[in-house]
Amino acid sequence: MLTKDKVQDTFDRIKKYATADEVELLVAGGKSALTRFANNTIHQNVAEENYQLSIRTVFGGRAGRATTNKFDDEGIRRCVKASEDVAQVQHPDADLLPLAGPEAFGARPQAGRAFLETSSLGPAERAAGVAKIVEVAKRQGLTAAGIYSTSESVEAVVNSRGLVAFHTQTAAEISVTMLAQDSSGWQKFNSPDARNLDPVALAETAAKKARDSAAPKELAAGKYTVILEPAAVLDMVGFMFWDWGGQAILDERSFLNNRIGTQLFGENISITDDVYHRLQSGAPFDGEGVRRQRVPLVEKGVPRRLVYARATAEKMKKSEHAAKVGPVEATGHGFPVPNEIGEMPMNIVFVGGSKSVADMIAGTERGVLVTRLWYIREVDPYEKILTGMTRDGTFYVENGKVQNGILNFRFNESLVHMLANVEEMGQPVRASGEESFDMVVPPMKVREFNFTEVTKF
Amino acid sequence: MGMKEIGAWALNVCNARGVQFADLRIVDERQRGLATKNGKVAHAADSNSMGIGIRVLANGAWGFAATEDLTRAGVETTAQQAVEIARASAQVKEHDVTLAPEKPHVDDWASAYKIDPFSISVEENLDLLMKVDAELLKVQGITLAETNMNFRRYEQWYYSNEGADIHQVKVTTGAGYACLSFAGTEIQKRSYPNSFGGQYQDKGYELVRELKLVDNAQRIAGECVALHKADQCPEGKFTIILDSSQLGLQIHESVGHPIELDRVLGMEANFAGTSFLTLEKLGKLRYGSGLVNVVADATEQHGPGLGTFKYDDEGVEAQCTPIITNGLFTGYLSSRETAALVGLNRSGGTVRAEGWNRLPMIRMTNISILPGEKPLTLEQLIADTEHGIFFQTNRSWSIDDKRYNFQFGTEMGREIKGGKLDRMLKNPSYSGITTEFWNSMDAICSRDQWTLWGTPNCGKGQPQQVMGTGHGASPARFRNVTVGTAYKGA
Repeated sequence: MLTKDKVQDTFDRIKKYATADEVELLVAGGKSALTRFANNTIHQNVAEENYQLSIRTVFGGRAGRATTNKFDDEGIRRCVKASEDVAQVQHPDADLLPLAGPEAFGARPQAGRAFLETSSLGPAERAAGVAKIVEVAKRQGLTAAGIYSTSESVEAVVNSRGLVAFHTQTAAEISVTMLAQDSSGWQKFNSPDARNLDPVALAETAAKKARDSAAPKELAAGKYTVILEPAAVLDMVGFMFWDWGGQAILDERSFLNNRIGTQLFGENISITDDVYHRLQSGAPFDGEGVRRQRVPLVEKGVPRRLVYARATAEKMKKSEHAAKVGPVEATGHGFPVPNEIGEMPMNIVFVGGSKSVADMIAGTERGVLVTRLWYIREVDPYEKILTGMTRDGTFYVENGKVQNGILNFRFNESLVHMLANVEEMGQPVRASGEESFDMVVPPMKVREFNFTEVTKF
Repeated sequence: MGMKEIGAWALNVCNARGVQFADLRIVDERQRGLATKNGKVAHAADSNSMGIGIRVLANGAWGFAATEDLTRAGVETTAQQAVEIARASAQVKEHDVTLAPEKPHVDDWASAYKIDPFSISVEENLDLLMKVDAELLKVQGITLAETNMNFRRYEQWYYSNEGADIHQVKVTTGAGYACLSFAGTEIQKRSYPNSFGGQYQDKGYELVRELKLVDNAQRIAGECVALHKADQCPEGKFTIILDSSQLGLQIHESVGHPIELDRVLGMEANFAGTSFLTLEKLGKLRYGSGLVNVVADATEQHGPGLGTFKYDDEGVEAQCTPIITNGLFTGYLSSRETAALVGLNRSGGTVRAEGWNRLPMIRMTNISILPGEKPLTLEQLIADTEHGIFFQTNRSWSIDDKRYNFQFGTEMGREIKGGKLDRMLKNPSYSGITTEFWNSMDAICSRDQWTLWGTPNCGKGQPQQVMGTGHGASPARFRNVTVGTAYKGA
């Protein structure tokens, strides 16, 4: 793995070749491996090691960026030149800030998120985990498909003003789909520590969902009370956080335009961005090396604060929106500069409730239990209407009990409407889906969720 | 150091460990990405990535390892790692992998272009984008203008222990823009010449000049602002006409993905999903009306699509496979492994990887609907339509994991009345079931209306890979289609 010393050495060599006023180095990469299985067989099995160095050079208000994975002197020399060539042909940007100083990251100790128990797992150990999943499938006459992956990654920002930010972490993940004749079930879990993964438990839950949803019946499309498991909640709500940066407001592309400080969601919805939460992962600094702050985004249904990159905060302070968007300051959520988006919160933590999914089912007269959603896309950017499908375990609930599996639905549902109609929530968990980044979210029971069509399986 | 020698280091390690099959790709990739936003440079970057990916078949199972380290020690260690991974894979298998045969080709090929896009200065690139940006912002009501230009040079050396030795260079160019207008409680958007960043082809800088970016900017911006005052698209059953870019995406989602044999055989069940096109449907399913003819064509004769090459990433020669022939389902996209599994004599040559560090897998090539044989322009098609809705430029897209039920929204609609384009409609959407939809097609425009679109952002696989695919289409008409579902109940 690339060490902090090697990153510093790389930056020293970059400075040797650079003629720019200011220089910034971003490093990202590491080792990753993924064992993929389907039809009860490991059919793909990959590993890689790769690191990218990305150099930003600045000449009096003109900035350029170049990226390479070649760390030898010639590779670095070429990358510096490419970055400077791009910078020098641009017109000066009066809004371009000097690079962040070392105080922007500070010296606060970091929580360890790198575990030898994860990084030391090899293909044989992953195959053994997959074998356990396949055994569960075969015992129940099912077919298993999924992944077992591990990674060890490095992120670093170093710049000519003396800022040095360095982070390593590990990740392990299992995703399982169990396929039956006319039904399927799914589960997914990840953690920085591979010891927290339980392949058999995940396989058993996915298998039960496949069995219980066999011979699905058709339920007419319409508005139903839904019980969304955490992965389904995550994949829906993930679509709104792209709008949660100050730049999105300045660009007037955010659904929060003219809505900060209003009662947009139900009073039971409170959301924080918190990279330091015990169930979160990721680096405690942003694309310029600025330390991430814990930011309360929504309090009792009212959007209160946005997140900001350094430059966005300065622009916002001078804008017509400044008085309407809550506190404005760099929060450590910026993407590497330059970029079009600005910033976004990516360590989301919801406040939950005390009900379990079983409690929610028991208290539902007529509704739909959803395991997972799929192919979600934005239909309307301001009302945040999303469309998508249910998948891998959709059930009809009546009189407090799961009655049977049902054919999958297409939904067209407004996120604003959904978060204003949450009746109950459970304990927040670290959830992982396919449409959004991982979050800490609870299961939710939502009234009047809008299913518009039924598919054929 | 020669690439062939680097390849030999890897293959020697694999052969010495008794693998059944080994191949590798050494890739040197260069990209340039430029973008403007509201009159400023938003993004200007160059990138380069080089490395080797080694794939082996040992004990009847697959292993793959990749590294950026092209020293002899780095390459040999990675080859050894690939073999170890394959042997671990063999711990969980139902049968041994076999491969459909392919002659080991020795060849050198480069995609055709007139102007090397990297030979044009960044200054000139940005000047053009800033001009477009300024044109968009001239229209009152535009609140966000964004332009972009992207170039890629992808050089690959492919070697196998069967004797293949293939060098290919592909140059890709893309450019386009989008504008947004926020007013009241509504955000409207228009893009040119397509959504997803514009048009992408295996061409040089000549593509940027062909697109007439500046000439169309004020028209597009004007349409964007006008959408606020347009009527909401109605709900109901309608005759619809899709413009060629939207039809291209319709093909991508409801033909291109379900014909991937790895999906059909369950290999993508955990992520991308499976397919309704189970094996017994080949040669029997009436996929569409008799006017529907779709091919998967990776050959240069098809055009400079993002799915054009001479050899795929497991050394199989590019081919043209009839997918739908006069409405009948006639072919899948296959690899050497899946071809052998279903009894085909040869792979269809559709396997590609995103880069050196990704495993090659079945990907769409150029999946195109053939134009109508009778001369028919879009204007004539509209003139032949008493009442309907014309859908332009994709805005949203979604389809289930077996590829039956889809829903698309477009940026703009126009009502057709009495054979003429009438009022503008905002927020148009349509939905349906794949085979019912394609069977409702009753007209398609001719070759002079046909465009080979590039979709640069197709995601598939774990870890996910993003791939460019090509889709040729001319405008077509469909009857009795469900319209307006996206806003039903909103």
